[in-house]
Amino acid sequence: MTSPSVVPAPRAAPNALFEYLLRLGDDRLVLGHRVSEWCGHGPILEEDIATSNVALDLLGQATMFLRLAGEVEGKGRDEDALAYFREVVEFRNCHLVELPKGDFAFTTARQFLFDVHAVVLLDALSRSTHAELAAIAAKALKEAKYHVRHSAEWMVKLGDGTDESHRRLQTAVDDLWRFTPEMFASDAVDRAMIELGIAPDLAELRVQWEALVRDVAERATLTLPHDTPRAAHVRGGRTGAHTEHLGHILAEMQIIARSHPGATW
Amino acid sequence: MNQDVVAAQAEALAPDSQWPLWEVFTQSEQGAPHEHAGSLHATDAEQALQNARDVYARRGGVISLWVVPAAAITASSPGENGPFFDPGADKAYRHPQFYKVPRGVRGV
Repeated sequence: MTSPSVVPAPRAAPNALFEYLLRLGDDRLVLGHRVSEWCGHGPILEEDIATSNVALDLLGQATMFLRLAGEVEGKGRDEDALAYFREVVEFRNCHLVELPKGDFAFTTARQFLFDVHAVVLLDALSRSTHAELAAIAAKALKEAKYHVRHSAEWMVKLGDGTDESHRRLQTAVDDLWRFTPEMFASDAVDRAMIELGIAPDLAELRVQWEALVRDVAERATLTLPHDTPRAAHVRGGRTGAHTEHLGHILAEMQIIARSHPGATW
Repeated sequence: MNQDVVAAQAEALAPDSQWPLWEVFTQSEQGAPHEHAGSLHATDAEQALQNARDVYARRGGVISLWVVPAAAITASSPGENGPFFDPGADKAYRHPQFYKVPRGVRGV
């Protein structure tokens, strides 16, 4: 068998775009799975439904981003192949979304911090020079705007609620704060996207994000930690280095697809 | 019927929850009436609206939502249905069946 010995090097742009789309997709796939763990365990029936809706929205967004990622990669992988047949080190989500769901205060705080980030990012991405990405972002932005309305409302309710709800939420924010800079850390992939007008500058988004977060934190009578670690020190998820928690999520999420490849229902 | 009785009724309707009961009304298209869709529990109006959105509007087909504290609704008493409703039934001239509804008029 004679195979071509020279394989053309992948062009920088598609490769970077593939990486970038994986980040967008994986953040939502993993967080969606985490949120779905509340299904049937919500604090009240109405919130159980609300939380499950958020999980479904995130999975829907992940589907769109990963489908586009597969097309950009051009190796015949669809969204299912990317979701179910990659290993931990191939996932590109940030650490924030893979942390265990904790109590309802922790879930609320994590969701809120992510939702604000999602709104400012998707808003910018809806003006991307990449038409398909812009269209997906515009659709996801509608959902994200509702998500943040919901999670911000809970932030204020719990933060400005009882002594116990305030304590639990403040603890959650304290624990989560050090994971937030990773959402805004940029590397060569981000710079390539900025250059092509495909994605916004994350450093600028962080300013918007922090202003919105501070506004709600104030209404929720929360104290935001001062010691924000510099973004450069918190990278990990975007390069495939994950906490121990991601492996457990993937084990549960991928087992059916791997046990019964190609199964339909 | 006075407010205390209404509040007591609302309490009796929701003995299982610490959160107040709200009635939800949905509108399916512009100009259509808001129709009663069901009820839910919430601590305040914003939460009631959000819960109504998730419970009653998530499958689409809704363009507007009203939420009303169940305690604010004054209801007729089932025990008085006879004197309250029956007198209207045998007076055909009160019914609008003698009028022709023009074509093009919908939602009547």
